[in-house]
Amino acid sequence: MSMNVGALPRTWRKPPLIKSAWLRWTLGVSLVVYLALVFETTPVNWARVWEGLPRGAAFLAAFFPPDFVSRWQEIVEGISESLWMTVVSTVVGIAISIPVGIGAAKNIAPAPVYYFCRAVLAVSRSFQEIILAIFFVKLFGFGPFAGFVTLSFATIGFYGKLLAEDIEDTDPAQAEAVRSSGASWLQWLNYGVQPQVMPRMIGLGLYRFDINFRESAVIGIVGGGGIGATLNTAFDRYEFSSAAAIIIVIIGIVMFCEYGSGYLRRWVQ
Amino acid sequence: MLRIKGLTKRYRTGDLALKGIDIEVPDGQIMALIGPSGAGKSTVIRCINRLVEPTSGSIALNDVDITRLGNAELRRARRRMGMIFQEYALVERLSVMENVLTGRLGYVGFWQSWFRRFPQSDIDEAFRLLERVGLDHMADKRADELSGGQRQRVGICRALIQNPELLLVDEPTASLDPKTSRQIMRLIKELCTERKLSAIINIHDVMLAQMFAERIVGLRLGEIVYDGPPDKLTPAVLTSIYGEEDWSATIRKVEEDASEDEADNVVLFEVPRPDRDRMAGLT
Repeated sequence: MSMNVGALPRTWRKPPLIKSAWLRWTLGVSLVVYLALVFETTPVNWARVWEGLPRGAAFLAAFFPPDFVSRWQEIVEGISESLWMTVVSTVVGIAISIPVGIGAAKNIAPAPVYYFCRAVLAVSRSFQEIILAIFFVKLFGFGPFAGFVTLSFATIGFYGKLLAEDIEDTDPAQAEAVRSSGASWLQWLNYGVQPQVMPRMIGLGLYRFDINFRESAVIGIVGGGGIGATLNTAFDRYEFSSAAAIIIVIIGIVMFCEYGSGYLRRWVQ
Repeated sequence: MLRIKGLTKRYRTGDLALKGIDIEVPDGQIMALIGPSGAGKSTVIRCINRLVEPTSGSIALNDVDITRLGNAELRRARRRMGMIFQEYALVERLSVMENVLTGRLGYVGFWQSWFRRFPQSDIDEAFRLLERVGLDHMADKRADELSGGQRQRVGICRALIQNPELLLVDEPTASLDPKTSRQIMRLIKELCTERKLSAIINIHDVMLAQMFAERIVGLRLGEIVYDGPPDKLTPAVLTSIYGEEDWSATIRKVEEDASEDEADNVVLFEVPRPDRDRMAGLT
């Protein structure tokens, strides 16, 4: 443009994420150095890896063909126990997490209630399911009841936190409009808040059902009952072909749950 | 009769939003509250039904001081004040009917409202109101399927089904096109006249305020700087409310608007129902 004669062309570049050049370079270099050191010090005995390969192959070969027949009775029992645990713990966990989640939403709950409910959620979330399962198996003894308590407890942390966050994200104008009509607090929750969080919470409930089934298989290994216990027994007896059958059944059910819940969630939105 | 005396509001941030406001609104009066953004218009309206707690002063609706009410009494007082919101504030995932019936929540018990079992008289009234604004065929549509003008009409029904004595209207036309804005304002005015309601209308659009209000109160920085009839709004007054600007295009030209008003009246709402269109002489 002739108007700009004399003006220098102005350059532009995207400003870097970290402003200080010194800090940026220090971080970059130390990351590279650290990764190099990690690889350097990881002890891999390549000779042993080579030797182990045929043994690994033999182990995997022992899984084939999967044997559904000889332990079929145990597999059915394990699966139905796992499904029972999943259904009951999901329902009970969500039922408990609704009041906790409402109490943990900052825009609804008064400060003391808020901090109490947040503490409950924090405790529930700070332990991994396996740790909880070990603890509850010691407390209630082997079997599905310990598994049920574990999964319910873990569900509270998961569902309560996400419910609280979803409530905090609701549009305050819609809720305010309901309040201005003279609605009571419970009516206000039912009309102003619940419709806003409902679709997402149904989706998350189905998602949690998924997770609980997968976890129920894992916590069986530490004594929480269900299909995990059956799988563990099969390994202990070196019945690898039965173990393969169990794993295939688990994969099948997990995939079924995942597709099913995915379909339902799309339908709810 | 609404009497506001010495209304002051200081927000927790320390901002003094209202500096001792005195307003009296007699029964049946439509009052427009104008002023620049941040003048405190919204705060005045929200103090009246205590969505915002006033810091000091008194607000009396029919000689009941609203600022002193306890929780249950406040709920009862709120039932008699219908509110219409900027951006409609409908609960988007509820149906049109549920949104309208929200206005009855103060009158029914919790389980009744939980199971959506409202008294037949409420349902009848809801349909009557929806029919009045031309939306009765939309009762089971979800609110987020409606256009802006339709949503605001649902918002008006929600406020009116409360059977209010007073309408609090907060920027009803803020996100509507000029034609729909006029239709909405005309509807509010007609309904107020039909039901002998008084109304306080916050509005940005000075011309709309002049067209539809009987009285205009100008607010600037939390203080009343004008209180009078619409036709006394001179450029000097507008300057005192909003600051220096060329106001010649804003001041209403009374005769022009009056004739245009009549022309507009023929097509009040585009109701997509053939029998109605025929009645209005459109098809």
